[in-house]
Amino acid sequence: MENTILENSPNEHLEAETIPESFSEPISDSVFNKFFLEVASLTSFTWRFFKEVFKPPYEFNELMKQSFLIGYKSLPLIGITGFIIGLVLTIQSRPTLAKFGAESWLPAMVAVSIIREIGPVITALIFAGKVGSGIGAELASMNVTEQIDAMQVSCTNPFKYLVVTRVLSATIMLPILIIFSDAIGLLGSFVGVNLKGNVSTYLFFSQIFQSLEFGDLAPAFIKTIFFGFAIGLIGSFKGYNSYKGTEGVGKAANSAVVFASLMVFIIDMIAVQITSLFQN
Amino acid sequence: MTTNATSIKAEKENKQNDLIVVRMEHLNKSFGNNHVLQDINLVMNKGENLVILGKSGTGKSVLIKSIVGLVEIDEGKLFILGQNISQLNDNELIEIRKKIGFLFQSAALYDSMTVRENLEFPLRRQLHTIPKDEMNSLVKEALLNVGLAETIDLWPSELSGGMRKRLGLARTLILKPEIMLYDEPTTGLDPITSKEISHLILEVQKKYNTSSIIITHDIACAKLIANRIIVLKDGICAAEGSYGDLKDSADAWTRSFFE
Ligand SMILES: Nc1ncnc2c1ncn2[C@@H]1O[C@H](COP(=O)(O)OP(=O)(O)OP(=O)(O)O)[C@@H](O)[C@H]1O
Ligand SMILES: [Mg+2]
Repeated sequence: MENTILENSPNEHLEAETIPESFSEPISDSVFNKFFLEVASLTSFTWRFFKEVFKPPYEFNELMKQSFLIGYKSLPLIGITGFIIGLVLTIQSRPTLAKFGAESWLPAMVAVSIIREIGPVITALIFAGKVGSGIGAELASMNVTEQIDAMQVSCTNPFKYLVVTRVLSATIMLPILIIFSDAIGLLGSFVGVNLKGNVSTYLFFSQIFQSLEFGDLAPAFIKTIFFGFAIGLIGSFKGYNSYKGTEGVGKAANSAVVFASLMVFIIDMIAVQITSLFQN
Repeated sequence: MTTNATSIKAEKENKQNDLIVVRMEHLNKSFGNNHVLQDINLVMNKGENLVILGKSGTGKSVLIKSIVGLVEIDEGKLFILGQNISQLNDNELIEIRKKIGFLFQSAALYDSMTVRENLEFPLRRQLHTIPKDEMNSLVKEALLNVGLAETIDLWPSELSGGMRKRLGLARTLILKPEIMLYDEPTTGLDPITSKEISHLILEVQKKYNTSSIIITHDIACAKLIANRIIVLKDGICAAEGSYGDLKDSADAWTRSFFE
């Protein structure tokens, strides 16, 4: 921190000197202000995204490249975690169901929980940790080293080239990754069911598909689109508006993960409310 | 008769304006309470190498960033190639900016691209459709100019500080801009490389009749390339003249730059 104060404007120096004063203020007040400032600038960032996304020229090549980096490169991680979740959930649920003599319900129960809730949320959280922080750190370091300015001088709209493409890629790729993760999770569950007992593939999957309804699949899928959008947007927001200092990069990556994960839970909660509204 | 006289006068003025590439009138820029530029008046002529000197933090980078629009000015007028920047629409601004090259103080190489891709980026972005072999030869020529021909497939992270600076220079020069803005082109380089870069700047000026603003702390470089020098102090132009004028200036503070 000291370093950047020396390098940057005398202004910041002044601010640094007045810090003791601001401690005497009620802390809740400054936290409150900061929160609303953040929300306001995130809102205008989102607004800018929607303004730019429909305006040509479209950065199609960069969109493909980012989708590859964001989607394809996340496959192994998402696959492994999906498998483990399916397996562990099955093993953990068996004793409870056995107590009620409902062991035969195991595949159906696990499938519903994976597809409705656990698959989307856990995959989104992993995605926030990998991709959200990656976007935050990348854009922040581009900001610090003036690469974003250099793009602007090269007659490129950096918001379109960097932000719009990343947000779109995240929005498109996360739902696909979640479908993939759900499928592998069910595979893990199949393995888990067969660790004790013997259920044929046919029986297992027919049980699952009987228990699943359109009402499970559609809302689960729709919310993943919002997860992807939120993670891409928050990662980009934190990176693009980072402090111009080396510690800004770490901060951007860190707060991108924290904020994006929080957002995943908030969206999930809203989604559950809306779905139950329709089901009643 | 009178109409004739006025038209001749207007023509004369036009001609003079044609020779002026950048003109700043009463330029002001503040960041909060930090008044960085205060009433800057500056003229840059066609084909000229204008060197800007000044202590660290006086706003030299801000001054040239305002020319390419990276920094928005608060007050004053800025004319580039005869056009008032504040009266242009987005497309006209882009057309003007295509004619300006900017070498960043930090070189600003794209870390996610190789050396070749770094050089191709401005070509693709500004010329849109350019045949592959033409692009290749432009890239090779640009690298050859700065003596980095063998690094074409390396990543920026694999280059030394001086090489990064030279690559930044190559990337800026590849479009042969009419106006070049150099932000400390020789800082952090050894005296020999510095001299090479200075000669390169001179060569570019002669070959393409480029007009340049060069920010530097390197007096040897300034001596070699400057047609005119401006010294910035506390956000105003404190002194102006040729190298010889300022070196023997009556003002001790100005002289101190040349010691
Ligand atoms: N984006 C910005 N936001 C706030 N303050 C800024 C910004 N850019 C520059 N400044 C301030 O403007 C002043 C001038 O900065 P500038 O980078 O132009 O200095 P300089 O003359 O180029 O110095 P150096 O020789 O060290 O590069 C500094 O006080 C700096 O803190
Ligand atoms: Mg500077």
